[in-house]
Amino acid sequence: MNPAPLRVVLVDDHHLFRAGVRTELGDAVDVVGEAEDVAGAVVLVDGAVPDVVLLDVHLPGGGGRAVIEAVKQGHPDVRFLALSVSDAPEDVISVIRAGARGYVTKTISGPELVDAVRRVAAGDAVFSPRLAGFVLDAFATMPGADGPPASFDPELDQLSPREREVLRHIARGYTYKEIARDLSISTKTVESHVSAVLRKLQLSTRHQLTRWATERRLI
Amino acid sequence: MAGGLSRRLGIDVTVVRIGLVLLALVSGFGAAGYVAAWLFLPVEGETATIAARAAKDRRGLALAIGCVPLLIALGVVVSVLGLGFVTSLIWGLVLAAAGMILVYRNEDETERVRIHRALATLTEIGSPAHRSRRSFAARILLGVVLLAAGLALLAIGHTYRGALGLVLGAVLMAGAFVVLFGPWWLRLARDLVTERNARIRAEERADMAAEVHDSVLQTLALIQRNADQPQKVAQLARAQERELRSWLFDGVAPWSLGGAEPATLAAGVALIEREVEATHGVAVDSVTVGDCPLDDDLRALLAATREATVNAAKWSGAPTVSLYVEVEPTSVSVYVRDRGVGFDPETVDGDRRGITESVCGRMARHGGTAAVHSRPGKGTEVELRVPRHPVRA
Repeated sequence: MNPAPLRVVLVDDHHLFRAGVRTELGDAVDVVGEAEDVAGAVVLVDGAVPDVVLLDVHLPGGGGRAVIEAVKQGHPDVRFLALSVSDAPEDVISVIRAGARGYVTKTISGPELVDAVRRVAAGDAVFSPRLAGFVLDAFATMPGADGPPASFDPELDQLSPREREVLRHIARGYTYKEIARDLSISTKTVESHVSAVLRKLQLSTRHQLTRWATERRLI
Repeated sequence: MAGGLSRRLGIDVTVVRIGLVLLALVSGFGAAGYVAAWLFLPVEGETATIAARAAKDRRGLALAIGCVPLLIALGVVVSVLGLGFVTSLIWGLVLAAAGMILVYRNEDETERVRIHRALATLTEIGSPAHRSRRSFAARILLGVVLLAAGLALLAIGHTYRGALGLVLGAVLMAGAFVVLFGPWWLRLARDLVTERNARIRAEERADMAAEVHDSVLQTLALIQRNADQPQKVAQLARAQERELRSWLFDGVAPWSLGGAEPATLAAGVALIEREVEATHGVAVDSVTVGDCPLDDDLRALLAATREATVNAAKWSGAPTVSLYVEVEPTSVSVYVRDRGVGFDPETVDGDRRGITESVCGRMARHGGTAAVHSRPGKGTEVELRVPRHPVRA
């Protein structure tokens, strides 16, 4: 279908896991390289310039976030998808805020992972149920309860009811298509809602989001 | 009692009895004396008197002393009304009441049973068994006579003895109402208590049945399906035995198998995820938004959640079950979803009590709601919700 298969780099510190993902992805994408720590990943991405980097949240040498920050400047077109077993919400949120376009858990099936890679490569956001849950949690506290109200930007610092509804469906395990049918909107609209949430997640200066990151001394 | 006194004083029992009754009628001190004898004379074959035991009963003594203000109040009322002759009666009766408190709290079992029996005949008035035609007629007649007397006294009260006549009239009227309606009130109150007890028992039974269904019946079903694998069967049976024991004897909820009972909702959800994955070999993808401490309603919600998750793992055939829990300010909602075979909720077998009783019934008993959305081939989603109680400070 695609004239040139997507070029993907795997970054994970577990050899077995990388082998597993490679098998799952199969022929659908072209895995152009693997790295097992931050320094190796930065060099690899710099040289190979893939379409998508599958990035572990926890990595020796600074975590997935450090890779994104080192590469982002020189290669703004490289997209990142975080992939991990089970992480603390603050780690996941901070990788997203650094620039990753999605987060999926390692229990994801092969076809679903391929689909997620395609989506990210196309510039869409990919939210697993878990990430949707983290985001709902992060935006749950009422505005004003944290941080000075002066810095509160309603455009960025809170989710619209529709976005919240979409995230809830994702957290319940619905696919975009199922959400579209359930809410009587188009799949494209679901995608734009998710992208809007991702934007808010990356740009909001909400106290809680920044606090999560600073507690880990990553900002 | 009279027998004991007569032996001690060397007088005939009948004489003692007549004397006591006369004393009681004349001054009220007869009753007090009777109770005092009860207190201070040891029962045949025993050395310690009830009084000796009562002296150590601080609360009983306090209650008995509490009768003093009552005595003063009654004394004031009586002297205001100018009924001098009643005073001595009151003294005796109040002393007797104080004594009875001590006796009741400190006597031994046999005497207590005797008092209960005496009281039981009083409370039986108005119970259906005693509703004979004659007693009913007598009751109506007495009530009407009292009512008439009371009305008459009220009508002519101000000319006859002033205030006293009015008070007496009112007392007679009240008496008439008690005689007429008392039994009915008693029956009403008794029915209310009986009905409430029955409801509490039924609810306890339903909760218990749900617990047994979740644990024992589920395990039996698993054992049947694994009958050809002795090792697996033994493992299941052992786990179930441990669970049942800890529930019956230590009061540990069955779903908190092995570990300490979770303190918060999120911990409970994580436990369900681990447990169902371990027992049924199905991936459970749980997402929890927010958290709060567990109370009884939320424990029931967790139990229903677990049941719905186990059902999905067992019957849907799907490799993954999605579990989403969200704590909102006023309620907690749970969604259990699978992409398995699904079923038609209309035609579900009444025998499979899992959904109806264990999930829906349990939610209803705790003020919540449960909804099952499923179609054959389209997977199943169970939606549970309970209201949250405001946090008590």
